[in-house]
Amino acid sequence: MDWLILQFLNGLDKGGAYALIALGLTLVFGTLGVVNFAHGALFMIGAFCAVVFSRLVRLETVTVDPERLSPWGTPLEVRTPVVELWLGDFGTFLVQYSVPLAILLAIPVMLLIGWAMERGLIRHFYKRTHAEQILVTFGLAIVLQEIVKASFGANAIPVYAPPAVSSSLNLSASLGIGTDIFYPWWRLIYLGSALLIIGLVIAFLQFTTYGMVIRAGMEDRQTVGFLGINIQKRFTVVFGIAAVVAGVAGVLYSPIVSPNYHLGMDFLVLSFVVVVVGGMGSIPGAVLAGFLLGIVESFASMAAVTRVLPAIDQVILYVVAIIVLLTLPRGLMGRKGVMEG
Amino acid sequence: MNFRNVDRRRFLKTTAIAGAGLAMPTIFTSASRAQEFCNMPTGGSVTFGFSVPLSGPYGDEGADQLRGYELAVQHLNGEGDGGMLNTFKGSVLKGNGVLGKKVEFVSGDSQALADAGRATSNRMIERDGAIMVTGSVSSAEAIAVQSLCSDKGIIYMAGLTHSNDTTGKDKRRNGFRHFFNAYMSGQALAPVIVDAYGADRRAYHITADYNWGWSQEESIVEATESLGWETAERVLTPLGTSDYSQWLTPVANSGADVLVLNHYGNDMANALTQAVQFGLRERQANGKNFEIVVPMFSDLNAQAAGDAVKDILGTANWMWKLEDEGTQAFVRSFGQAYGHPPSQSAHTGYVQALLYANACERAGTFNPEGVVEALEDFEFDGLGDGPTLYRGGDHQCFKQVLVVKGNEDPEDRFDIQDVFQVVDSEQILYEDDKWGGELGPIRSQC
Amino acid sequence: MTFYKTRKDLLYLAIFALVIVAMPLWLKPFGAGYPDLMQRFMIFGVFAIGFNILFGMTGYLSFGHAAFLGAGSYAAVWSFKLLSLNPIPALLFAMVVGGVFAALVGVVSLRRSGIYFSILTLAFAQMSYSLAYSVLMPITHGDSGLQLANTDPRVLDRLFGADGTLPNLFGLSMHGMYGFYFCALILLACFYFSMRLDNSPFGMALRAIKSNQTRMSYTGFNTKPYARTAFIISGMYAGLAGGMLAVTDPLAGAERMQWTASGEVVLMTILGGAGTLLGPFIGAVIIKYFENIFSAFSDAKLNEIFAFLPDGLQDFIVMIVSPFVGEGWHLTLGIMFMLIVIFLPGGIMEGCRRVMKNLRRRSSEHPTRRSQLKPAE
Repeated sequence: MDWLILQFLNGLDKGGAYALIALGLTLVFGTLGVVNFAHGALFMIGAFCAVVFSRLVRLETVTVDPERLSPWGTPLEVRTPVVELWLGDFGTFLVQYSVPLAILLAIPVMLLIGWAMERGLIRHFYKRTHAEQILVTFGLAIVLQEIVKASFGANAIPVYAPPAVSSSLNLSASLGIGTDIFYPWWRLIYLGSALLIIGLVIAFLQFTTYGMVIRAGMEDRQTVGFLGINIQKRFTVVFGIAAVVAGVAGVLYSPIVSPNYHLGMDFLVLSFVVVVVGGMGSIPGAVLAGFLLGIVESFASMAAVTRVLPAIDQVILYVVAIIVLLTLPRGLMGRKGVMEG
Repeated sequence: MNFRNVDRRRFLKTTAIAGAGLAMPTIFTSASRAQEFCNMPTGGSVTFGFSVPLSGPYGDEGADQLRGYELAVQHLNGEGDGGMLNTFKGSVLKGNGVLGKKVEFVSGDSQALADAGRATSNRMIERDGAIMVTGSVSSAEAIAVQSLCSDKGIIYMAGLTHSNDTTGKDKRRNGFRHFFNAYMSGQALAPVIVDAYGADRRAYHITADYNWGWSQEESIVEATESLGWETAERVLTPLGTSDYSQWLTPVANSGADVLVLNHYGNDMANALTQAVQFGLRERQANGKNFEIVVPMFSDLNAQAAGDAVKDILGTANWMWKLEDEGTQAFVRSFGQAYGHPPSQSAHTGYVQALLYANACERAGTFNPEGVVEALEDFEFDGLGDGPTLYRGGDHQCFKQVLVVKGNEDPEDRFDIQDVFQVVDSEQILYEDDKWGGELGPIRSQC
Repeated sequence: MTFYKTRKDLLYLAIFALVIVAMPLWLKPFGAGYPDLMQRFMIFGVFAIGFNILFGMTGYLSFGHAAFLGAGSYAAVWSFKLLSLNPIPALLFAMVVGGVFAALVGVVSLRRSGIYFSILTLAFAQMSYSLAYSVLMPITHGDSGLQLANTDPRVLDRLFGADGTLPNLFGLSMHGMYGFYFCALILLACFYFSMRLDNSPFGMALRAIKSNQTRMSYTGFNTKPYARTAFIISGMYAGLAGGMLAVTDPLAGAERMQWTASGEVVLMTILGGAGTLLGPFIGAVIIKYFENIFSAFSDAKLNEIFAFLPDGLQDFIVMIVSPFVGEGWHLTLGIMFMLIVIFLPGGIMEGCRRVMKNLRRRSSEHPTRRSQLKPAE
C-alpha cells in the first residue's frame, strides 16, 4: 500500500515538472506557431535566477588578513557576509528563503528575456518553416547556455530550500496508514505550485477577455486581425507568459536538481515528447500528457517491474509516446491539421 | 535511372584525375617512413597532447586537469617554483625540458566522449605531431583514446578514469593509469564503513546503469559481503537521470539500513541531494541510524552536492589537504597560480605528465619502446600519494587510497571534505590478470 | 535535354571530385589537412547527403537518423570481428543493417507526418540509445564501446591467411591518407547516386511529396511507397557512414545514437542548404571543422597568433576572441546557426547563389550587355 502511494506521489511530482515545462512550449506553439527549441534554456535561466538571488543575499566583503596564510602561502582572504550583518534577522530570512524569494527576481527577468526574444528574433520567424525555427532557436539555446557556462562554470551549483521545509513530512497519520510514508516538503510544495500555475494560466485563457482573444487568435488568426484587434501585441504577451512559467518552474526545481548550464537541454527532448503526446498546441493535452508520463515512468521504475522487463524504465516514455501516436494520430488532444504538413 | 548517357571519354578523364589524386598520398607517407618511431621530435622542442573535456557536464573537471598539465609543463621547463619536481623521489628530471628539449603542448576538447576524444587525439597526433597524449575525465573516453594511441604507436597517460576496465579487460601496452579504480574503492572503503556502522548491516544499492556503475557496485558488494554485510536490493538507474525519486522512495521501507549510491558526476550530486531530502539520514531502520555511502567521490562533484555531502563517507584518489611534502609543494604552486586548491583531477594530470617526462629522461629516448620499459615496475615517491609502484603487469599505479568524509562545518566551497583515513596500498592489491585482457605488444610506428 | 543535363552533371561531379581529391593541399593552410579530420568530412558528408534525400527532397524531418549510423557502426565492427578486416564486407553489412533498421522504423513512423513523424523517429532512436547503453551490452559493450581484439575469430581472414590487426583493404591501411581516399571515393559515389536520384522520375515524385502531399494523393498517386523508399535509402546512407566511421577507426560507441547526434545531421543539412546537392556536404564540413579546429585554440595559442600586434592591443584582442574559441567553440557555433538562418534562410548554398546572382547582375549592367536583356517570361 505504501509503495503505491509513494510511487503515485512521485508520478504526480514528476508530472508536475513535465507539465509545467510543456505548458509554455505548447502555448507558444499553439498561438505563435513557433517550435521553440530555446524553451529548455528559459527553464535553465530560471533555475539560475535562484542561484543569482542566493548569491546576492549572501553578498560578502573580502578583506585580506596578512597575519593568516592560505594553504598556498598567500595572505588569507577573509569573507564576511554583509546582508545578515546589515539587516539582522531580516537578512537571515532573506538567506533562508532565497529560493521562493528568487521568484520575485525571476518574473521580471523572464518577462524581459521573453519580450526581447519575441521582438528581436521569434517575430521574424512566424512565416518561416519549422526546420528554420528549430535551427534558429536551437542556436539561441546554445548561445544562452554558453553565456551561463562562461559566467557560472560547468559544475552544478547547489541551491537550498528554506530550512523549515527542507526535511520530509510523514504522511502516514493524515492518510491513516500504519507504515511510515515520508515525502519531502519541498516536493509537495513544488507539486502544489505547479498545479496553481497551471490553473492560473488556464483560468487566464478561459475566463478573461484578453485570454479569449488569444484563444480566438489560436483558432483563426486572420479573422481576429480583420476585427481590428492587434493580435501581434497579444502574442508578445503570450510569449512573455510562457517564458515566466518556464522560469518560475526553473526556480522551484532548483533545490531538487542543482542548476547547471545544460539543464535545459536535458529537459528539451522530454518536453517535446510531452507536448506531442498531448497534441501540439493543446494546453489541457500537455498537462494530461505530463502527468500521465510522470506516473507511468514512476511505476515502470519499480524493482518488481524492471526485474521482469530490464531497462523498461529507460524507454517507457518513448514506448508510451509511440503507442499514443499510433493509436491517436494527433496525440491525446491535438487538433486536426496542426503540424502535420 | 539512366547510366547509358555517361560519356566514355569523360569518364576516363575523371578516373584519370582521381587516379592521379590517389597516387598523391605516397608523397606524404614516404617522408614519415624515415622516422624511427611515430612523431619523433626533431627540433629543439617536444609536443605533449592534452585531451580533456572542456564542454559538457565534465567541463570544470577537464579545465582543472588542463591547469594541472599546464603547471607541469612550466615546471618541466624550469619555470615557476618547480612544484613536486623538488619532492619527486626517483626523478632524474633537471628542469630543462625533457632530454634537453623544451616541452610544448597542444590541447583539445574531448567532450568526455569516446568519439570526440578520439577525434581530438587524432588531430594532436596527425597534425600537431604530439609525442604522447594524456587526459580524460570519463572511463569511456580513456578506454577509447588508449586503444587509439596504442594503434598509432603513441603513449597514452590516462587522466581521471575509475573503471576497472582501463587497466583490466581493455588494458594496452602503450597506456598507463595513475588514478585508482572501482575495485580499490571497494577494498579500501568496506573495512572503514563496516567499522564505522557495524557489521550487521543491510545495504541497498542504487547504481548508474553503465560499465563503471556495474563494476563499482560489484566491488563494493563483494567487499562488504565478505565482512558480514547483507545486500537487500540492487537497482539500476539510467545514466544522466536528474530526478531519482522513484528509486529512492522504496529504500525507506525495504528493510535496508544503508544506502550505497554508485554514481558519478551530476548523477551523484542529484541522487545524494535527493536522498537527503527524502529524509533518509534522519531515519532509523532495524534499530540503527540510516546511513548513506558514496563509494567514489570527486571533489568537484562534492561541491555540486553541497550540504548533502556532510558526514558522508567515500573514497578519493588524492586530496589537497594531505600533509605530505609533495602535496604541500603542489598545492602551493597551484594555489599561487590559479587562486584555488587543485582538484584530484588536476593532481592526476600533473603527476602523469611528470611521470611520462621522467620515463623519457630515464630511458634516454622518446621512443615508446624505451618509455614503456622505463615506466613498467617503476617505483617512486613524493608525488602526494606516498610510495607508489607502476605495476608492469597491467600498467596500474598502486598507492594509498583515501577514505574521505564530508565536512560538518565547511569554511568555503573547497573545504567540503576531510581525509578520514589513509588506506595502505597493500590492502587494495589484486592480481594483474583479475579481469583478463592482454597488454599486447608495444607499438611505436604510426 | 537528358544529354545536356548529364553533361552538366558530369562536369559538376568532376569539379567536385577535383576539389575533394585536392583537399589535403587546400585544407592545410586552415589547419585541417590531416587524414582523420578529412575522413570525418567525407563520412559526415555521406551521412548528410543521405539525410538530405529524406529531409531535403521528401520533406520528412527525422530526428532519429543517428540510430542508423550507430547500427551501421556496430554492424561493421562485428563484421571485422567475425568475418574479416576487409572494409568491403563490413560496409556492405553496415548498409544492409542500416537499411533494414530504417525499413522497420520507417514502416511505423511514416504512418504519421509533420512533427509527429519527427517525434516517432526520435523515440525510436532514443530507445536504441538507451538499450545499447544497458541491456544490449553483450552486442554493444555499452559506454566503453565495441572494440577489436586479437582473439576475434575473423573466419575469412583465417581462411585466406590474411593478417593484420586493423582494418585494411587487401593490406592497404585504412588509417591515414589511404583511408581518406577510400572514403573520398565512397563520398563521390554517394554524391553521384544522389545526383542521379534527384534527376530521376523518382526524385521528382519525392519533391512532389514535399511540396504538397495531400494534392499528390488526391491525384491518385500513392505517396507512401515513395516516402518509405526514400527513408530506407537515407537509412542505408547513414548505415554506410556508420560503417565508414568503423573502417577508419574501429570502435563503435552508443553515444553515436544519442539525439544530439541526430540533431547534428539536421543542423548540417539546414546550415549547408536543405534540398541542394552540395549543401549538406558543406554543412558537414563546417560543423566538423568547428568541432575539431576551433575547440583546439587555447589562450596561449591565441597569444602566439596575435603576437605581431603591440602588447596592449594583443591582450585586448585575445580577451575579445578567447570566449569564442577553445572552451567556447559552442558559442561560435550557436551564433553562426542564428546568423545563417536569419540572413540566409536557404543555408550557405543560398548565400552562394545570391553572390552569383549579384555578380551576374553587375556584369549585365554593362551597357553592351543590357541590350541583350530579354523581357521576363
